[in-house]
Amino acid sequence: MDFDRVREKLNILADAAKYDVSCASSGSDRTNKNNGLGNASKMGICHSYTEDGRCISLLKILLTNHCIYDCAYCVTRKSNDIQRAAFKIQEVVDLTINFYRRNYIEGLFLSSGIFKNADYTMERLVAVAKKLREEENFNGYIHLKSIPGASDELMYEAGLYADRLSVNIEVPTISGLKLLAPDKKHEDFTKPMLKVKNEIVRYQAERKIIKSTPKYAPAGQSTQMIVGASGETDKDIMYSATYYYKTYQMKRVYYSGYVPIADDARLPAIGSQVPMLRENRLYQTDWLLRFYGFAVNEILNHEHPNLDMEVDPKLSWALRNLHHFPVDVNMADKRLLARIPGIGMQSVQKIMDARKFRRLNWDHLKKIGVALNRAQYFMVCDSRHWERRDLDAEKIKGMILQTSSGKFRNQYSMQLSLFN
Amino acid sequence: MNASTTLIYDGSFNGFLTAVFVAFDEKIPVADIQKNGRCQNGLFSETETIFTHVEKAKRVWNGIRNKSHNAISSVYFAFLSETEGVEMLLFDYIQKLMRTQNGKYLDYSDSTVLHISQLARKVGREKHRMEAFVRFQLTKDNIYFANIEPDFDVLPLISKHFRDRYADQQWLIYDVKRKYGIYYNLDHVEMVSLNLKDIHHNKIHKSDAFANGEYEYQTLWNDYFKSTGILSRINPKLHTQHVPKRYWKYLSEKKEAV
Repeated sequence: MDFDRVREKLNILADAAKYDVSCASSGSDRTNKNNGLGNASKMGICHSYTEDGRCISLLKILLTNHCIYDCAYCVTRKSNDIQRAAFKIQEVVDLTINFYRRNYIEGLFLSSGIFKNADYTMERLVAVAKKLREEENFNGYIHLKSIPGASDELMYEAGLYADRLSVNIEVPTISGLKLLAPDKKHEDFTKPMLKVKNEIVRYQAERKIIKSTPKYAPAGQSTQMIVGASGETDKDIMYSATYYYKTYQMKRVYYSGYVPIADDARLPAIGSQVPMLRENRLYQTDWLLRFYGFAVNEILNHEHPNLDMEVDPKLSWALRNLHHFPVDVNMADKRLLARIPGIGMQSVQKIMDARKFRRLNWDHLKKIGVALNRAQYFMVCDSRHWERRDLDAEKIKGMILQTSSGKFRNQYSMQLSLFN
Repeated sequence: MNASTTLIYDGSFNGFLTAVFVAFDEKIPVADIQKNGRCQNGLFSETETIFTHVEKAKRVWNGIRNKSHNAISSVYFAFLSETEGVEMLLFDYIQKLMRTQNGKYLDYSDSTVLHISQLARKVGREKHRMEAFVRFQLTKDNIYFANIEPDFDVLPLISKHFRDRYADQQWLIYDVKRKYGIYYNLDHVEMVSLNLKDIHHNKIHKSDAFANGEYEYQTLWNDYFKSTGILSRINPKLHTQHVPKRYWKYLSEKKEAV
């Protein structure tokens, strides 16, 4: 292996791949075969974290950053004047194996710019995965990017070797897509998604009858949307996320705050702030939808098209729906417990287990780990003390904000700072 | 009335379980269970030394496991936390567990149960961290070697993970703090103790014990680590929260930062 050459390529192609947020290695149950190399850990492992605090679990690179498309939001777009490079298939295989053996990574995340056409590119991605699985007996995690417009045959083959497949739709609205990526059609994105989903469903059905059915993309599909590039509302984003969760049975939808990379009148200017707080609120909403039993129209609807930046979405929902509260933690069912602000799913489970033995009071709840500064206004427990005042939503919000602090507070605070 | 007794065991998990067995079997009013060598006699209690007996330990292990699979792993994990006084806490927990009918003893409003579950969680977190932060370096005799310095004694917990994963390479993970390691010889994992001259931190200084190309791969990994971060989102606090500074000296990507 030519060390200097590979080093140069790695720098270029890892740098171009970093805007893909997903680095999940969880959800696959591939086990080690014939004393080969590797197994996929069900829970996933983050082997390191970047200095911006994101998990590094996979070797995330592009096969090449040559691209025939000219999408405004993308660093590797055709019109951008950057250094281009391309890995050979064997180079990617060597890097993956050697990193994996040293316990640096859980596996490979291979994406690519589109050279020549979609099928030509997809074929090369599949070839890397195939080589890893069949020649190196590699059982670690492989995440392949589905190239928009790739044929059904190639998508089928990809799923046989990869643990997860993903297509990034990037722009949540069709009108935004027309504006920012005029060469791409919405159907190009959804066609591979649909194929993979149908195959997953088919393989699952077959496994029920024949236990030895091979795995097909066991960690499912994911996608990603850019936040804050095309002026969409939070409602647009979350409604389309819900659509992808339902229609294509996505395992995850990722939200990526747009990092300005180009001087383009259609996009936020270079140097404008990355909308990290908004991204955070969207993830919180995503969690509420997937784990807490909320419906998307409870949180975002016609009257509330955007999330409240000051407080988290669950608290903001509770403040709009004070008639559901206070909830008695010793009596309420799981669904209702999960709706109390300041109580997470871990605490819900602990409360359900513990209250079989005795009625819980503030002390117990505090030790269990409930965030009482928020929860106290919305619940009663085995104590004579609870919030008896008839407070309105604004008052409660003010009191909670007063007793808490957040690193993003200065971005939306109306209070002028004294030393600035 | 019997005077209460302090049980002294050899510090191993089997030793502890034997102590529990003896206490149950002979109905000893236990004042404390202490490790050999760091025991402290109470004023009004007698001491009794427990000799580790694998059969007896196994009976306690099975007894707890028959009650609940969660409980046995909680007990083992919490024991490995090496916290002062964890033995009595565990003894109390096991007593309470054995008294229950259905074996589901999840009363998180009880301070012992909550404490044990928190300790087990801490050890579980450290186990997971070690599965992530072990960095193998390939030596000249073709062994993938790693130093670690975990907060808790997690080597017995991570051995299966690494055996399942690296079934076709020899590897050795050495706990610098507790002075023992686990070595996989392509067939099974065994415990080893080494006479390490120098601890192989991922220093900038290069050791000649490692194979050709080892440092090249470390360089590639460091480069990858750098180029995958996004500068405009930098967040050092979050970074150190995920990768605490005490682990940095063993991580090749952080060697320049130490």
